[in-house]
Amino acid sequence: MYGEGRAVCVGRDMDTDRIIAGRYLRTKDRSLWAAHVFEDLDPTLANRLKGTVVIAGSNMGCGSSREQAAIALKEAGVVAVIAPTFARIFFRNAINIGLPLVECPLSCREGAWVRFNLEEGWAEVDGQRCTARPLSPKMLEILRAGGLVPYWRNRR
Amino acid sequence: MATLSERILGGLAGTYVDVRVDRAFAHDGTGVLAKEAWCNMGCEKVRDPGRTYIFFDHIAPANNSTTATLQAELRAFARERRLNFSEIGEGICHQLLAEGIVLPGEVVVGADSHTCTLGAFGAFATGVGATDMAAIWASGETWFRVPETIAIRLTGSLTGAAEPKDLALAYVRDLGMDGANYHALEFIGAGAAGIPMAGRLTCSNMAVEAGAKAGLFYADRETVGYLAGFGIQAAPHVPEDCTYSKELDIDLTDLQPLIASGHRVDRVQEVAGMAGMPVDQVFIGTCTNGRLPDLERLARVLRGKKVRVRTIVVPASRRTLAEATRTGIVETLLAAGCIVGVPGCGPCLGAHMGVLGEGEVCLSTANRNFTNRMGVGGEILLSSVATAGASALRGEITVPEAADVR
Repeated sequence: MYGEGRAVCVGRDMDTDRIIAGRYLRTKDRSLWAAHVFEDLDPTLANRLKGTVVIAGSNMGCGSSREQAAIALKEAGVVAVIAPTFARIFFRNAINIGLPLVECPLSCREGAWVRFNLEEGWAEVDGQRCTARPLSPKMLEILRAGGLVPYWRNRR
Repeated sequence: MATLSERILGGLAGTYVDVRVDRAFAHDGTGVLAKEAWCNMGCEKVRDPGRTYIFFDHIAPANNSTTATLQAELRAFARERRLNFSEIGEGICHQLLAEGIVLPGEVVVGADSHTCTLGAFGAFATGVGATDMAAIWASGETWFRVPETIAIRLTGSLTGAAEPKDLALAYVRDLGMDGANYHALEFIGAGAAGIPMAGRLTCSNMAVEAGAKAGLFYADRETVGYLAGFGIQAAPHVPEDCTYSKELDIDLTDLQPLIASGHRVDRVQEVAGMAGMPVDQVFIGTCTNGRLPDLERLARVLRGKKVRVRTIVVPASRRTLAEATRTGIVETLLAAGCIVGVPGCGPCLGAHMGVLGEGEVCLSTANRNFTNRMGVGGEILLSSVATAGASALRGEITVPEAADVR
């Protein structure tokens, strides 16, 4: 799975409360989560995420199990998230909703063009390439299906 | 020769396993999305309704009609599918599962990050998101990468006013917020054996704050005795030699009351370092510190005195509240000026019943102090029950004395 987009840089230990605040969770309206993603970090960010690759510091998505954090990013148009490490629940959630993750350290420059390939396990920005920790075959299958819901439906 | 996680999951660290889930649960916060994913999967039935639980604890009672409507849908789903359902006011999922449901050696999966709490029983208990939960409802199974394990080797015993919460803050400080990412923690050594069940639940609860997948104690005499109180016969674990990826030694005797600040759970210092800082609200409760021994301890600190700031106490379960009422704890807390709330998560996640205003500071016995979590512009400090009680009396951060809690 190949992808590319403009880089948006966020810091390390980016907790799920900052990705989508608890006050927006009580709804099934996914566009609301997209509209308020990263609001407490930078209220202007939500509108600038379409077609971007978010490059985060270590421990991306730590904190609660709220799947809305991964959904909000995907709904806002984020193509993939790259970080040296992810918090494990966020990691599973992202795969399960079909948001590609690349686990490798990449220094981020805002607006730079980022390319990645999940099967080959790399990401690249400004000519600098990092080798990703490989996804398990099952995770790749789920991502290829577009998430666990379609994966499950196809299997039946 | 295997770690407890390897034994329970039936695989070596680093391998992927499919496991049957013994207890699967979601709550009013995550259940709505799980139900939606389950419906979208085109499922016809929940594989194992008797092992599936829905708890209403996160915004319970509902804060507005949108929440109430979502809850009504989930309640109807739970009844229609004959799932174990826990109504508003019964208490926090992790506490109710600790009241005679979860057993040593089980695989427990919850759509809540603090599911690791149940590791206190020697179960492999971990949190997942809503879609993973939906797949478990459908299949009764899930997959895991068997984690490597970090041992937290405990020696000595707690002294002075220090309590298991201070141990939890100490290991999160030592490991850092991602120091145990993808790992399990095991609490071992003579010091671990000396911690009662309520304190073990507090320690396991905060494993995820260091990034851990689970935080386990071996089931021992304490565990067996606690479960016997619920009429359950359980066998203790027989520890084996095993390989840990890392060991952290903590001497409980040296622990002082600690406090986390700066919107990071791992930014921990001795309470003495922040003494005198004014607080606007004190909150005692949650899946970390809302149990009967916590409320007993609070009552000892507050007996015959008056709090100077609004002090919200939320028992972890109906059983906790009933027992605290029967033993006079609630009367002591009310006389001291506390507010006693509906059993559940209370204001921990900033949804209701104690949201902070701009610039306000709350000293909380919860497990998370992320930016704006309890209200935009508010700050959360995390401490033990004794520190919270002593600080409520002065209206400022106060070091609890051993004499306060005896």
